[in-house]
Amino acid sequence: MAEAVSFYTFTGIMLMAACSVVANRKPIYSVLSLLVVMFCLAALFVMLGAYFIAALQVLLYAGAVLVLFLFVIMLLNLQPDDAHRAFTMRRTGIVTCLVFFFLIFRILSRHRFEPPLSALAPADSTVESVARLLFTQYVLPFELASFIILAAIVGAVTLSKQRAE
Amino acid sequence: MITLNHYLSVSALLFSIGLMGVLTRRNVLMVLLGIELMFNAANLSFVAYSRAWGDAGGQVVVFFVIIVAAAEVTVGLAIAVQLMRQFRTLQTDEIKLLKW
Repeated sequence: MAEAVSFYTFTGIMLMAACSVVANRKPIYSVLSLLVVMFCLAALFVMLGAYFIAALQVLLYAGAVLVLFLFVIMLLNLQPDDAHRAFTMRRTGIVTCLVFFFLIFRILSRHRFEPPLSALAPADSTVESVARLLFTQYVLPFELASFIILAAIVGAVTLSKQRAE
Repeated sequence: MITLNHYLSVSALLFSIGLMGVLTRRNVLMVLLGIELMFNAANLSFVAYSRAWGDAGGQVVVFFVIIVAAAEVTVGLAIAVQLMRQFRTLQTDEIKLLKW
């Protein structure tokens, strides 16, 4: 019962905040709504027993990525978009997304996964067991991830050092 | 009772909302925010499957997704800053360098 209540509360808040991210014309408000989405998602991760990922979500997304967004928006001094300039192809986009959601929903309703999640054995998801997996079975992707980070750093520095012509 | 399907439906909804943001917004930063929403929807279904199958591998994948998202945002925002510097606009329809 408590599980259902918290699930519906967090998903309700999260979906409303997600709509606000998409629909808001002020960039700052969109980013702050995304912050709400991240925190609700972290709560859902905790409900799913993924404590390490929930902590990472708050630290990396809410702490680093969104601060970067806010920093850039303030650096560029973005004004709210005009009402008639903010959106493009609105009707096509909405129809596409509804069709997309409907298709996924059809697939999901065809393959029902019956037992409630609370009846199943949870994964061993302490920091230690996730890290053990990371450094044994997934060690090659882990090393590749460091290359991606390096490429992103080099790319960002090169891009921002370019002189405007 | 909350089953795996509940979480997957929420994930599909979140992904659709993010897709709508990418498709309908003109501002480059808003498109990036929509991509973030889609990343998070994918993360949610990874973690839900990890819970359903009792396998922590899904959480490791989410770890990598977060890393890739961070790298993507870094480069994307650097490009946005450059766009603002060189074209004085972030509206995607006004940037038509490749259009003949």
